[in-house]
Amino acid sequence: MSPANPSTSPKVRDFPNGGGAAAVLAAGIASFIVAVFAILADNIPAIKSAMIFYKPTGPLSGVTTCAIVVWLLVWLILHRQWQDRMVAMGRVRAAALILLLLGVLLTFPPIADLF
Amino acid sequence: MEITTRSLWTMIHGMGFGALYLMACSGALVELHRKYVSPLKPAIEIEDERFLRIYLALMAVLAWLTVLTGAYIIYPWYRAVPPVGTANLAAFPQRLLLSNPATSGWHSIGMEWKEHIAWLVPISITMAAAVFARHGRNLKVQPELRSTVLSFVWISLIAAGIAGFFGAMINKNAPVEGGAAIHIVQGEKR
Repeated sequence: MSPANPSTSPKVRDFPNGGGAAAVLAAGIASFIVAVFAILADNIPAIKSAMIFYKPTGPLSGVTTCAIVVWLLVWLILHRQWQDRMVAMGRVRAAALILLLLGVLLTFPPIADLF
Repeated sequence: MEITTRSLWTMIHGMGFGALYLMACSGALVELHRKYVSPLKPAIEIEDERFLRIYLALMAVLAWLTVLTGAYIIYPWYRAVPPVGTANLAAFPQRLLLSNPATSGWHSIGMEWKEHIAWLVPISITMAAAVFARHGRNLKVQPELRSTVLSFVWISLIAAGIAGFFGAMINKNAPVEGGAAIHIVQGEKR
């Protein structure tokens, strides 16, 4: 009898995808949030000054720090909810990739300046 | 032959961490496609799995070092405000770029995009490293999760490329210079 293929054994196949799905969706949200916070800081003076966590770096310090905090919190929450579950990866994938692409597009100044 | 401390940090950020990330990411994508996507490689060995976990974790460290040195060491020098009446803007790269319509776009589009899109790189690759650490070879039989993670790694390569390109062009048009001079080699006397 040949040994079980390590990549296709039942144990491997049944491993819940929830933890990975949580990480993927949180990263998509974080990418989008970076762009949203940057646009808000660019357009609203009160947010711009509130985002100056480190004066030499300016609002970028707050924009990125806040986005990272949101990312880690969302990741932690989703991970706790999904870690032992099989989730519908198709929807998670669509949401994560759309958010990631929006993050890329909304950080592009000619598009960000439309808001 | 000498280099200023600001130039040295710019080199460490761009040519050190940033360029190394780009090369590492290219290698990671080849390896991930070869091992996880290619049907010609059905089994993933424990050694390969361990190697990829460490490799992706190191890439994440590299990506964080790149954005943190960029945002907190070099960017403050780049955006420094000159005293009123300063005629020579060489020590104030952002103002130097904005002072000329031919170069202002390198700031208003290049730096404005670079300073934000660059953060998608550590976010994406940290996620990829975490997913590989958790799922490892299971990703071989979870194609939707695998392809999503690979898409993020591809985007991280593109985002790092955009940031790297604009960083190089901005530094070419308005180099970040200043600080103490570091003597590297004594030149020949004539």
